[in-house]
Amino acid sequence: MRVRTSSLSLTAFMLEPVAALGRYSLLLYHAFRSLGDFKVYRKNISEQMMRVGIDSIPIVALAAAFSGAVTTVQTAYQLVSPFIPKTIIGSIVVPSMILELGAVVTGFILAGRVGARIAAELGTMRVTEQIDALEAMGLNSIGYLIVPRVLAGIVMFPVLYIAASFIGITGGLFVGSLSGYVTAGEFIDGAREFFQPFDPIFGVIKSLVFGFVITSISCYKGYFTGGGAEGVGKSTTQAAVTSCVYILLADLVLAIVLL
Amino acid sequence: MIEVEHIYKSFGGKPVLIDVSLRISEGETLAIIGRSGSGKSVLMKHLIGLLKPDRGRVLVDGIDIDAISYDELRKVRREFGVLFQGGALFDSMNSFENVAFPLRTFTDMTEAEIRAEVEQCLSMVQLPDVGPKMPAELSGGMRKRVALARAVALRPRYVIYDEPTSGLDPETSNTIDELIKSLTDQLHMTNIVVTHDMHSVLTIADRAAFIHNGHMHWTGTIEALHESHDPVLCRFVRANEYQIGKPALRT
Repeated sequence: MRVRTSSLSLTAFMLEPVAALGRYSLLLYHAFRSLGDFKVYRKNISEQMMRVGIDSIPIVALAAAFSGAVTTVQTAYQLVSPFIPKTIIGSIVVPSMILELGAVVTGFILAGRVGARIAAELGTMRVTEQIDALEAMGLNSIGYLIVPRVLAGIVMFPVLYIAASFIGITGGLFVGSLSGYVTAGEFIDGAREFFQPFDPIFGVIKSLVFGFVITSISCYKGYFTGGGAEGVGKSTTQAAVTSCVYILLADLVLAIVLL
Repeated sequence: MIEVEHIYKSFGGKPVLIDVSLRISEGETLAIIGRSGSGKSVLMKHLIGLLKPDRGRVLVDGIDIDAISYDELRKVRREFGVLFQGGALFDSMNSFENVAFPLRTFTDMTEAEIRAEVEQCLSMVQLPDVGPKMPAELSGGMRKRVALARAVALRPRYVIYDEPTSGLDPETSNTIDELIKSLTDQLHMTNIVVTHDMHSVLTIADRAAFIHNGHMHWTGTIEALHESHDPVLCRFVRANEYQIGKPALRT
């Protein structure tokens, strides 16, 4: 009997990821079906875009500026020698910001800031029966709560990525010139030399995917919260951590597929 | 009319409702009573399709709510108002916005009409001045009264109350009972009250349905409840400091 119970628990444990994937897919399916119900979420979408996008600008700008600056200083430290032109700094910093750092730094920061907030908000609504109250009124809670958050992520993350890349490059240029590693002209020349028009398009695609990953995972974690205040804490942490893991995974997959 | 026909429900292999049947007639106030964990709230969630039975069916005005599409279920749900145990007020909105929410979402009323309706609803629950207050600024009793105003804002045919007096002091509990009674008289609603508070049951209900260990153990009128000698029912009722033939005390 004991062996049977253990094997049942092990089976349940092993099947849980499959069940979670099923719940996540169903949630997305219902969210997708609710897209046409624009009247339900139209009031929420501008508010969510404001919270996801505009409110995140200061922290994203700060992180991007420092990333650009540090990348410039480290590139100068590692590569500049009498045999290598200083333009190499711009050639490395600018594509790094556009291809990788702009999107990934934004993604990580927003996984913590936006993802945790979404999970905590929806989780609290779940445990205090506010989601049940919406459903009991005859409102589509997925359409009302999840669709505007995911759409806001998809729309605003590319905007934040563009801002982050621009600020990061500016930060690198500014610190590089101030510290005397490279002149503004050399930095810009280097950036132009190896610039590929597809790079910013790739960055936008990546940020769009990250926006979807972070908001949908956080909505899923929050919407299916159980177990009171402890459950809300657990969902919030899981939303941030899981989002970060899937950002890394998506980053690799997109690089392999698109570059 | 709401009909519950032989429903079974279990969670993680543990049966919570076992062959439960119930009929709620138009205009009556039915109290679903039972100990904590007996399955009352689970039964309540089946009535509006928040939970689906493993077996059996729930009919609202003859419609099997588990056999219809989600969009059709949402239409059926609009016939209901629900007062949740903790009120379930939206904590990002103030009291006025909470009561206005169903009106804004489901009607084409103008802002002036919505304002007048919300003020009337808040007056009905004797809280005419709490409109600007956030739910966090309200006491437990006030939160339940604002939630009651929201529940009846669309003038539903059925109102479900989940433990309307739990966690409240006796005086506030009396106020809630009186409000339910007066709203029923004013708005002619069918009420389903999920509670273990026998004072509430005796004050507001026409009939009671007693759930014990997941089974529908006893149903009958309040008069029949007074006269019942069923040992399990009597033990539950007496645990509420109620003695047959004497007024019930608040627990």
